[in-house]
Amino acid sequence: MAPAEAVAHAALRLDAVSRAFGGLQAVDAVSLTVRPGERRALIGPNGAGKTTLFNLIAGALPLTSGRISLFGHDVTGTPAHRRAALGLARTFQITNLFPDLTVLENCLLAVQAQTPARFAMLRPVSQYSALRERAQATLASLALEGLGDAVVRNLSHGEQRQLEIALALAGRPRVLLLDEPTAGLSPAESRLMATLLRELHPAITVLMIEHDMDIALELSEMVTVLHYGRVIADGPREQVKADPQVKEIYLGA
Amino acid sequence: MIARRALLAAAAVAVLAGVAPFLPAYPLTLLTQALIVGILAMSLDVLLGYTGLTSLGHAAYFGVGAYAVAIMATEKQAGLIPCLAVGVLLAAATAAIFGLLAIRATGTYFLMITLALGMVIWGLAFRWVSLTKGDNGIAGVPRPSLGPLELSGPLPFFYFCLVATAVAWALMGLLVVSPFGLGLRGIRGSESRMLALGYNVWLHKYTAFVISGLFAGFGGTLWAYYNGFVSPNDVQLVTSVETLLMVALGGSGTLIGPAIGAGVIVFLKNFVSVYTKRWLLILGAVYIGVILYAPTGIVGALRGRRR
Amino acid sequence: MSAEFWIAQSFNGISYGALLFLLASGLSLIFGIMRIVNLAHGSYFMLGGYVGLTVALRTHSFTLACLAGAVAVGLVGVGMERLFLRRLRHEVLGQVLLTIGFALIFQDLALLIWGGDPYTVPIPSLLTGTVRVGGAVFPIYRIFIVVIAILVGLGMWLSLDHTRAGAMIRAAVDDAEMAQSVGINVPRVSLAVFALGAALAALGGVIGGGFLGVYPGADFEVLPYAFVVVIVGGLGSLPGAVAGSLLVGLLDNFGKALFPELSYFTLFAPMAVILAVRPTGLFGRS
Repeated sequence: MAPAEAVAHAALRLDAVSRAFGGLQAVDAVSLTVRPGERRALIGPNGAGKTTLFNLIAGALPLTSGRISLFGHDVTGTPAHRRAALGLARTFQITNLFPDLTVLENCLLAVQAQTPARFAMLRPVSQYSALRERAQATLASLALEGLGDAVVRNLSHGEQRQLEIALALAGRPRVLLLDEPTAGLSPAESRLMATLLRELHPAITVLMIEHDMDIALELSEMVTVLHYGRVIADGPREQVKADPQVKEIYLGA
Repeated sequence: MIARRALLAAAAVAVLAGVAPFLPAYPLTLLTQALIVGILAMSLDVLLGYTGLTSLGHAAYFGVGAYAVAIMATEKQAGLIPCLAVGVLLAAATAAIFGLLAIRATGTYFLMITLALGMVIWGLAFRWVSLTKGDNGIAGVPRPSLGPLELSGPLPFFYFCLVATAVAWALMGLLVVSPFGLGLRGIRGSESRMLALGYNVWLHKYTAFVISGLFAGFGGTLWAYYNGFVSPNDVQLVTSVETLLMVALGGSGTLIGPAIGAGVIVFLKNFVSVYTKRWLLILGAVYIGVILYAPTGIVGALRGRRR
Repeated sequence: MSAEFWIAQSFNGISYGALLFLLASGLSLIFGIMRIVNLAHGSYFMLGGYVGLTVALRTHSFTLACLAGAVAVGLVGVGMERLFLRRLRHEVLGQVLLTIGFALIFQDLALLIWGGDPYTVPIPSLLTGTVRVGGAVFPIYRIFIVVIAILVGLGMWLSLDHTRAGAMIRAAVDDAEMAQSVGINVPRVSLAVFALGAALAALGGVIGGGFLGVYPGADFEVLPYAFVVVIVGGLGSLPGAVAGSLLVGLLDNFGKALFPELSYFTLFAPMAVILAVRPTGLFGRS
């Protein structure tokens, strides 16, 4: 994509976004621009404000000041559920699924969310074969095929983390916010997750919070580092890795 | 699975229809009452078991439907269809207005607001004497006739209610297995996830609230014809709470469970009160027992669900 | 509508609000800490009244009646919370049904023990009669109720703000998890607040029994009022309970006096308006 176009239609753009809780500045004038198709890692020590930033981008929390734009649209005042319609999807750091429903039902909810079918009241959902196929395809892409009839609360933690991502992908998002996809996973499960994430469609813009530094750097070409709610480094992976301030935070801590 | 449930329900309807002519009058009328109250219980299950909203004022919509029929039938001599239509529409309208207030609230606030709103209807029934005859209630509601069919005898009226209940059950049954119904179950599971997926959660909850009120009102219209008499007792807090008990006893989130729970409570009330005056004590113990020992209700236990 | 009418009705509304404050202030704090829905709270009011009635008739002491009612029902509250409600934290439907079950049992027991006739709790002769101020006449007993409510309110406010126990309660209302993690024994604090709320409701029942009477059905009659006070005032807020009680007392009184056909409506319509503007009540936090 030509550079001029890339800047004009940034997939996600934050302008001096801030969020205060009483006297505490959780997110402090964060500005960043994510280009379409980019894979960016958001890293930083615990409490740096990363999940708060995700909540602001997703609309789960209102801003104290600043602007958020999605593909050129100002979404600062847009309610959370409408941002999904603009192509935004997110996962949660603490698994947030529908525990009493089956894996397939979970995925169906995600698939039907942006379709008119969600208001259909007089036909059983099992009769919507197109939705069903899309749900099953999404599950397959996250190595969950065959688990369709399992009730979510009976899944292993790793399978639940995979379903977390499946729900976000099912709506065919253009921007994907991944909040610690490998949280609580064993090394083997993390490897599987990394493989699955590497296979995400290249057109999807991905912003990922990740504590596992190896996976974060492996899957992203751009990195933003947050510390006490502020951006202290932002740029290509190698450049950030070599940044002395970043090294101090991670090695000196 | 849906086909199997539908088949079971059809079988149950057939059994009831077949057995009815051989039942003595008293059990037959009790069965009729159980069906009508079953509609109310199922309507509450849509809101509670499927959407996850605990309402303490559901008798209000039942009562609006009942009073509408009572007033229209006794004062305007209106026929069956207009009475049913007005009753159901008024109940839905009441739910539409109340829903605007209640749905913005969550958790405990929702519970208390629905209680208060239920009291508004009770208060109107009790005090707006020129309309509702207050504490005296409205008596003399005649049994309806459907064209050439006279529905006043216990058996014809029972069949009428059986058909009505079957229709209500079928419609609500379709609702809960539809995509919209799946959305309601999603809301009950995790509102935050539903919002993140792009659902307008408020709108879905509000719609469920109005639909639930509509069916409760439908039950109320039948009640007016069944009982022949409508009073503020039909919309008091205790009635709303008893409906909650039916849902819990039968098993919330199963639709047929609450209908069964309604039947159990109706029969229990009528039989136990014959033998002892301590009916309230026993009912109270039933409430406590259900919660402590059978939290998933009768149907839940039958299906082997744990809490 | 003469000036006397407005003054008399306002005073009646305020004194009824005072009674509601006794009933609802404890409820608000209980909600604030424990998020428990207790539909037996009206039963505490009624049982307090009945116990107070019996003690007053036997001992001819109004003070003893108040104490007995408060203590007896406080103990009942402790029993309910400790043995039953504690098992149902976070289960709204379960709490509703369990507490209603108890409410029904209490109602039937009261019927069994005291019968179905209404009674009035005998009040000391000191508090009977009226007082004349200007052209208006005020019953002394109603003044007494307002005084008691003010004393209780002040007592609660001072304890909450100036004692260690009060600080612990405020912390638990603010954020129960955080309070637990800094070492506050939240279950014990909760139990104490629950007992206090029950005792206050019972006190309200004894005092209310002096002019409203004690009768079957008082429990479910007074319960919605308590809830409306708490909704309007905001969960967990003492100033909210004061504001809510006054508002509800006045609205109910004027509503009944001016628009008797719409009485509950005149009470709940303003509640609806308040909630439309502030969904968590006047002083509540989300």
